Amino acid sequence: MLRKALLTSVCAFALAGCGGGFSPGEDDLVVYSGREEELVGPLIERFEEETGIDVAVRYANSSELAATLAEEGGNSPADVFWAQDPGALGAVEAEGRFAELPQTVLDRVPERFRDPDGTWTGVSGRVRVIAYNTDDVAESEVPDRIDGVADERWRGKIGIAPPNASFQAFVSAMRLDRGDEATREWLDAVKANEPRFYENNIAILEALAEGEIEIGLVNHYYLALIKSEDPDAPVENHFLASGDDGALISVAGAGVIDGSDKQEQAERFVEFLLSETGQRFYAEETEEAEYPLVEGVEPRAGLPPLDSLEGPDVELDQLGEELETTLEMLAEAGYTT
Amino acid sequence: MSRRGSRRPPLALATAGIAVAALLFLPLVYLVIRAGTGDAWDVVFRERTLDLIWNTAILVAGVVAATLLVAVPLAWLVVRTDLPGRRFWAVAGALPLVIPSYVGALCLLGALGPRGLLADALGRELPELRGYWGALLALTLSTYPYVFLLASAALRELDPALEEASRSLGRSRATTFRRVTLPTLRPSLAAGSLLVSLYVLSDFGVVSLMNYDALTRAIFLQYRSLFDRTPAAALALVLVALTMLLLLAESRLHRKGRLHRTSPGVSRALRPQPLGRWRVPALAFCGLTVGGFLFLPAFVLVYWLVRGIERGVDVPVSEAANSVLASGLAAGLAVGGAVPLALLAVRYRSRWRLLERAAFAANALPGIVIALALVFFAARYVPFVYQTLTLLVLAYVIRFLPQALAAIETALRRISPSVEEAARSLGRSETAVLARVTLPLARAGIGAGAALVFLSAMKELPATLLLRPIGFETLSTAIWRETSVAAYSQAAPAALLLILLSAPFLLLLWRRDRAPSASPD
Repeated sequence: MLRKALLTSVCAFALAGCGGGFSPGEDDLVVYSGREEELVGPLIERFEEETGIDVAVRYANSSELAATLAEEGGNSPADVFWAQDPGALGAVEAEGRFAELPQTVLDRVPERFRDPDGTWTGVSGRVRVIAYNTDDVAESEVPDRIDGVADERWRGKIGIAPPNASFQAFVSAMRLDRGDEATREWLDAVKANEPRFYENNIAILEALAEGEIEIGLVNHYYLALIKSEDPDAPVENHFLASGDDGALISVAGAGVIDGSDKQEQAERFVEFLLSETGQRFYAEETEEAEYPLVEGVEPRAGLPPLDSLEGPDVELDQLGEELETTLEMLAEAGYTT
Repeated sequence: MSRRGSRRPPLALATAGIAVAALLFLPLVYLVIRAGTGDAWDVVFRERTLDLIWNTAILVAGVVAATLLVAVPLAWLVVRTDLPGRRFWAVAGALPLVIPSYVGALCLLGALGPRGLLADALGRELPELRGYWGALLALTLSTYPYVFLLASAALRELDPALEEASRSLGRSRATTFRRVTLPTLRPSLAAGSLLVSLYVLSDFGVVSLMNYDALTRAIFLQYRSLFDRTPAAALALVLVALTMLLLLAESRLHRKGRLHRTSPGVSRALRPQPLGRWRVPALAFCGLTVGGFLFLPAFVLVYWLVRGIERGVDVPVSEAANSVLASGLAAGLAVGGAVPLALLAVRYRSRWRLLERAAFAANALPGIVIALALVFFAARYVPFVYQTLTLLVLAYVIRFLPQALAAIETALRRISPSVEEAARSLGRSETAVLARVTLPLARAGIGAGAALVFLSAMKELPATLLLRPIGFETLSTAIWRETSVAAYSQAAPAALLLILLSAPFLLLLWRRDRAPSASPD
């Protein structure tokens, strides 16, 4: 029995060793993607077709991939990191794990959507909006300014996702724009209005579709996802007034890993994401309808053009540094613990 | 018993045990390296940490109590009474074990949430399910089968002579249950509760879906929002400390009740106790348990599937094959590693017991911590295994070996040392006795251990995402891929397939009941 058990273990190890066949080939470009396969998979296939470069993608949560890149030290198999938010990109930059991008690549994107040090660039944009249930609410009723959410009209009918990175980025932006005291007042006023808390944006959209709440603070592109699961879901987006703190525009972005032995292919990958093909993908194909960032590429029909939208006057790469204080404030105000 | 502690284990056994324990310690070494730098401990010495510990403790206590309340009566009814349809209830009662807890929680919310299917059917809004009670319910769903399986195994192997002796001395049925049956069950219940507690401590999916602030959620917050691994490591060490307390408590329970069968071989079949007028309430209890914890989630999954079929769904075949491959390898290896540790702990000096206890210490760590620990060591020191199937299987072994250990130990503990003493007195060597007598008697427990690891590995997500070879899709990563974009109808086939593929392995868990006794059941 003991011998059998030992034998089994040895065989198991030998078999496990054979599993190396699943590893990417030597020539594959390795991309760590915090973006969902459903959304970006087809675009990556397009890149492979156009360039003949094979890509192996590791899909996982952005922040966990950022932690992985940090723990790998200098031995990462990754060549490109494509993340959901500037926070994860900033964390990798802070660990010194990004190489600098060529200026020609950076120049394709407006300055407000990329790292000032040139280590990463935004590739698609998302706008904070107020989504609402169209059965219970007329669009004219939905607030144009984020302060309107504190109105008595919405008591018990507001959906917020305090653990969501985009919500936290919005609060950070508000703090940078109007100061800590005013932000705390807003948080208190909204809290007094008995909002309902959810884990993420999707959960808010679902609750809206079910009529559990009437308005929700979310990113604009989740609407398309919900509509693809249920085309008749009674939910729509309302864009906030220009410059309002609630109208923060954030990005998903990418950078090339420092020390990658495929710098050139990796740069081509980022360049491709910012090419006409890569950018039109967001406008025309993917389910979630993010904003293309390169000028001259129109967004999805029905979306207001990006240059007509303006968030609060803050730098994206500042938001990461503010996060710790923001989280403390959210905990103090009773949004998280 | 009397000989325990006076003998030295064979060298090979001791070496194997130490090697396995060293492997299981890797995550702890990583945490100490991480938390040793900077101002990690500021996060721990905050008032909020006390709240988190309190929240975690009451969740663990609540879930353990709930699982005992559900599982012990269910096991007793199924094993010891003339309940109609006992076999059906036995299988259906254990099946929720194969439902991943995040899927279970999603299904509970989908069915019982404020605007779930039930609310739709009733036409009115139901009270909020999220929070403590929602987390308690979902975690009870996923963990009560551990207690149920271990308790019914112990009940089945119970020597009827013990109870009969008690009855013949004039004790009532209730007193006999309390004074004789329950104490015999204690090691199994303690082992089951330990598995439940460790599960609750390490779970992230449920507390996150249910919005409940437990320690794991705080650890994830450190990784997810702050990108700071140092405080996360410190908080994880707090979790390890809590685990140590639990292990201490479980050891004490073990010391109190130690009952061996009088003979390892044949015992008479148990006579089922007539339920009489309690038959209907008993059936209602079983129906409620199985209905709530098995049929409800299954119904929601099928509902999603049907909704998805209208728009076309894929059957995730290669994902299923990958899941079975990785989990099967993990089960084999985990058992291979757990056997030496279990033998050392049960049959030799108490310092070996300490080694085995320590092997549990890392078990309450969330998968992400174990994953990052392996990323750290593998990428730096053994890059050729990094992101290969080998490393993924190793991660499963580290995460779930304690489950195999619990099952194998429980089996070993029921074998009377006098059987081994007899074999030794006949001139067999120490190793020969272990190989020819002890392990064959425990083979059912070994099978159960393998099955437990297999089932857990099938459901594992966080470590799978980071450590799998690129492109290696499993059923759980497929579920993650779809639910992260809210495509529940696309996630349903993978979830149902995961349940279907796992279910046959429950039979392995039942097999233990018939061995080593050769009852004519």
